Amino acid sequence: MPGKTVSLFIQCLVDTMFPETGEAMISVFDRLGVAYDYPPGQTCCGQPAFNSGYSRDAAAAAKHFIDIFEAAAVIVCPSGSCVHMVRHHYPELFADDPAMHSRALAIGAKTFEFTQYLVDELAIHDVGAQFPGTVTYHDSCHLNRGLGIADQPRTLLKNVRGLELIEMRDSDTCCGFGGTFSVNYPEISVAMVDEKVDNILATGAGTVTGCDISCLMNILGRLRRRGEDVQVLHIAQILAGDKGEKR
Amino acid sequence: MSKKPQSQYCMDAKKSMDSPRLQASLHSLQNRFGKGAMALWAEMDDQDMRRRVKKSRMKNLEYLDILLAELAKNVRTRGGHVHFAETAQDAIDYTLDVARKNEVKRVVKGKSMLSMEIAIDPALQEAGIEVVETDLGEYIIQLAGDKPSHIIAPCIHMDRSRIGELFAEKLGIDYTDDPPSLTAAARKALREKLLSADMGLTGCNLACAATGHISLVSNEGNIRMSTTMPPVHVALMGMERIVATLDEHRETVQLLTRGAALQKLSTYVSFVGGPSSDDDPDGSKEFHLVIIDNGRSKILADPEFREVLACIRCGACLNICPVYGRIGGHAYNSPYCGPIGAVVTPLLDGINKHADLCKGETLCGACKDICPVQIDLPRMLAALRQKLAYGSDRWNTRQHNPLEVYAFTLWRLIVCWSPLYRTGLKIARLCQRPFVEKNRMIKRMAGVASGWTDGRDLPPIAKKTFDEIWQEKHATPLPKLPVATKEDNNA
Repeated sequence: MPGKTVSLFIQCLVDTMFPETGEAMISVFDRLGVAYDYPPGQTCCGQPAFNSGYSRDAAAAAKHFIDIFEAAAVIVCPSGSCVHMVRHHYPELFADDPAMHSRALAIGAKTFEFTQYLVDELAIHDVGAQFPGTVTYHDSCHLNRGLGIADQPRTLLKNVRGLELIEMRDSDTCCGFGGTFSVNYPEISVAMVDEKVDNILATGAGTVTGCDISCLMNILGRLRRRGEDVQVLHIAQILAGDKGEKR
Repeated sequence: MSKKPQSQYCMDAKKSMDSPRLQASLHSLQNRFGKGAMALWAEMDDQDMRRRVKKSRMKNLEYLDILLAELAKNVRTRGGHVHFAETAQDAIDYTLDVARKNEVKRVVKGKSMLSMEIAIDPALQEAGIEVVETDLGEYIIQLAGDKPSHIIAPCIHMDRSRIGELFAEKLGIDYTDDPPSLTAAARKALREKLLSADMGLTGCNLACAATGHISLVSNEGNIRMSTTMPPVHVALMGMERIVATLDEHRETVQLLTRGAALQKLSTYVSFVGGPSSDDDPDGSKEFHLVIIDNGRSKILADPEFREVLACIRCGACLNICPVYGRIGGHAYNSPYCGPIGAVVTPLLDGINKHADLCKGETLCGACKDICPVQIDLPRMLAALRQKLAYGSDRWNTRQHNPLEVYAFTLWRLIVCWSPLYRTGLKIARLCQRPFVEKNRMIKRMAGVASGWTDGRDLPPIAKKTFDEIWQEKHATPLPKLPVATKEDNNA
């Protein structure tokens, strides 16, 4: 497939705890013939600091990110919240620095979430994947409310052979992760993810998926603690046809 | 990020989460009104209305001094009194003075959050004046000696059996949990109070500068009676609650009632612009409008937070917030709860004092989506957290958690220098070994991290990170993009 070379922006949680999600994204690109590279030196987009109020520390991480990715033609990330951070909060962080502000805007304009890039930029609705089973989809907040991405992942899922999509109740209600919120206010956070887990279980689906590993990690953690064995997969893993949960 | 002893916020939140009755009430409230409002916005013919009203709200804040002067002039021309109160105490003193001059023994109140904010009820009671709430929900709260837990539905935390017991005890009726019977009992008791009150005390939903009126929305008719039956009416108005023209008023009030109760318009909209006169005999003999600042000027002066003054207090954000939906209103320890309370309470009453309100949300953005005037509350929550992170002279705020400051300084060093980041990961992977269980999950951790593992499993750091896998598979590196130099990383 002709087109720009995609620079992979591998969210820190994907890199460290869920590398199979990054590998799955690559295999989807391989199948589609999309060229990609992996700019070395990437770490974290700065979101944890930003959401905790440490905007100066977040700005340092943002500058690191911009330095690393500035030469990329297009940047694709398997995480809505990280893209939301880059696209919407980076310019805010440099509101008083015109040079950095315009660099931030330029980076934001070419940074895309994985499913958004496939559907909106490459006009691909069917990645040729196969996944036998029932799947329910969680709308992550920054993905859905921040970037307006809700139809793109569903379009891709509906075109996966053998996959039956069962919508859960309140799929767009927050799972309760919220970064440091989840450890600072664990009881509230767990009460929220419990409701999410109840809604997932009520669908009877064998797999829950989404576009943000942080929410999925929260859901996975609570499911396992409750002794539930619903499979938790990032959407890239489903689109790669990789149905084996590695943990 | 350090683990602290449980705060009042956390303890109150836990109490709410442990109450199945409250959880059921909150659930049905959010199901009906939260989803209802989102559906209304989606279906509204005039899709530009919310943006338009927001724009007019922000414009009116820009010209607030001129609009308030115009409002005051028009009210005074009609024979009303206008008092500008800089502080809560100013407003209380003025109202007490009016009460004294009119020998007021009994005050009937229309529902007013501002009256709670300035704590005027205890001041009136101390002066020997009986204060009676006439909004049904607020009346129930008052009888129970409780506090409201929702801006619009103050007794959402009580169910009808509890209210039945309360009425049996306080109003001397036979126990019933039949809502119409309970309403009738309240109506009978309240009628007597309304007919014999010396003063009506209300809030002000909106004021129109061009005509010099305030307007009050209600569904029970209690506001109309409170403003017209007693000889004196005192209206408490937050200084930001102003529109320039009747056209703006029409649109703003429609968004207010839709956001609050899914109504195109409330059953009653009462306009009050002064005392009764010979050619307009309805209404009180005296009308006093108390325009209250109490910290609003400070918010107005800060471009970062000015937007919160565009709020029309419909309470819609409470009806969708997943945190409010779990913890209810009491945990906020403020007249203003939910997402709007989490922003406005710290600004009015101290950011350090209400640090938990600033930090106790996921920034999911649902409040912004449902807000009739599209206020970006998550943005302001993040801004409040910045004050806590670094301290702020302007807001008289000190650094909230010095340990956290060090933690993020260290974090910054690590994420800005990838060799350190990669080495740190390798060390962490070694350290986690004893904690990883057979199912490849971590079930127990100490310190801050126990916040996660008390209720959830945690996946460990992978045997190989994506970065390591990539380095192995792509031994011949692809053409590399320019990499940051070390100097760049020290920014």
